[in-house]
Amino acid sequence: MQIYLPIAEVSVNAFLLLGLGGIVGILSGMFGVGGGFLMTPLLFFIGIPPAVAVATEANQIVASSFSGVLAHLRRKTVDLRMGTVLLIGGLVGAAIGIQIFAALREIGQVDLLVQLSYVVFLGMIGSLMFVESLNAIRRSKSPGASPKRKKHNWIHALPFKMKFRTSGLYISVIPPVLVGMAVGVLAAIMGVGGGFIMVPAMIYLLGMPTKVVVGTSLFQIIFVTGFTTIMHATTNFTVDMALAVLLLIGGVIGAQIGTRIGVRMKAEQLRILLALMVLAVSSKLALELLLQPSELFSLGESSH
Amino acid sequence: MLRIVFALLFFALPATAEVVVAGLSQNRVSITANFDGSEILIFGAVKRDAPAPGSGPLEVIITVAGPSESVKVRRKAKRFGIWVNNDWVDVDSAPSFYAISTTKPLDQILNETEDLRYKVSIPRAIRSVGAPESVQDPAVFSEALIRIRTKKDLYQMNPNTVQLEEDTLFRTSIALPANLTEGDYTARIFLTRNGQVVDVNESAIDVRKVGLERFLFNLAHERPLIYAIMSLTIAILAGWAASAVFRYILA
Repeated sequence: MQIYLPIAEVSVNAFLLLGLGGIVGILSGMFGVGGGFLMTPLLFFIGIPPAVAVATEANQIVASSFSGVLAHLRRKTVDLRMGTVLLIGGLVGAAIGIQIFAALREIGQVDLLVQLSYVVFLGMIGSLMFVESLNAIRRSKSPGASPKRKKHNWIHALPFKMKFRTSGLYISVIPPVLVGMAVGVLAAIMGVGGGFIMVPAMIYLLGMPTKVVVGTSLFQIIFVTGFTTIMHATTNFTVDMALAVLLLIGGVIGAQIGTRIGVRMKAEQLRILLALMVLAVSSKLALELLLQPSELFSLGESSH
Repeated sequence: MLRIVFALLFFALPATAEVVVAGLSQNRVSITANFDGSEILIFGAVKRDAPAPGSGPLEVIITVAGPSESVKVRRKAKRFGIWVNNDWVDVDSAPSFYAISTTKPLDQILNETEDLRYKVSIPRAIRSVGAPESVQDPAVFSEALIRIRTKKDLYQMNPNTVQLEEDTLFRTSIALPANLTEGDYTARIFLTRNGQVVDVNESAIDVRKVGLERFLFNLAHERPLIYAIMSLTIAILAGWAASAVFRYILA
């Protein structure tokens, strides 16, 4: 069944969109990532204009994260206090990101920025997580070695300390605000929720327990992507409601299934799977930059 | 006095008066939510005051063009080991859609001068003047534009698809693809003999979004904040509803 999208102005198969939403939704629920880093490139691939894909994806992430966060709230695996601190940073970051996006659009290098950010960030985080989780699995297999104790690093020397009971942390608010801000910038530029950055940052940098990381990141993502959606809709008119609804119908059901699969899996297994997926996406994008494309030319809107 | 007017009118008409009388199956294409492309039937007849002149066969060229807009064509080049957008050319005016249907291959029935005058062939329908000085080969960019749009069926060259009967009745159908954009389209019908245009007929086709498509498009552009909040609300409600339904099924 073909459907004509009113804002994107292209006709696509409705079941293809439902299916894409569902698959990405499952992954979103399993790993606590918004799934945007998979969905946005997939939307480019099926012919949705990039500007529409980025903006609509923000809207869709709100929906798929919402059902996920409800599931986590019920299980009390959301650190609301930490989420709010991350959110404050996130809103500031998103506002900055939209400015950067507009500035690069002027010079016509948005595509390059988006692609490079994907390759660099996904590649870095993917490899980091992969190595980490391999080590974790190796440790759990050799019972003699004791788990590493939490170190006191520079983060504990910063001022403005705050108690985060759910996470069992007493740390400065500066690192979470900065993490939230970085994620907000990426959310606006790359059309992603930013979970793939935030989840590892929360585990490795802030030292939060893996159990609350997923729910808390989803909590922050909802509000930051909601804000990004409004900004894109009012400045660029690029949010396609029909596209978003189709993606989210598949997405919310997928996310529910994913959350249940996630609960049954071990944290290390989850992490290694996420790492592999992140690496696959980043190498696919890196190849696109490195190999000669079959069509060297591309069409864009003229500035005059 | 009246005689002079009649005489003037008589001389104003071409010596071999052959005039197109044309019709379209529809003057309006409605883009609905399940729009999956459309087909327009273009038909007509040749009206003559005198018997057809014997100088060469009569041929028919039919074009359908979408609204013209400027397009930026970018070219990638290898810089620092990766492929990035490098140089670009602004094509001043290119139709969003352009289809040509003819009785015979275009170059056999239309000469260069007439093509230039009426801008019939695809390269002529595109206007590109302002290439930056740094670009050595601006023609390649126009060719790329045509190649990319032809691949998407937005530019179509359909030789031998106009049926002409008894040198009088003609008909063809033009397929409008699903990825059509709205605007004022024009259909042109040319009669040619020996490469010369004998008569031209032009009619408008109105391509518009309707119903829900129209409503959402207008809302998004005229009340963007309301549209954004509505999008988010629908997203959140659907997310909550799906979560609730799923829990109910499992329970």
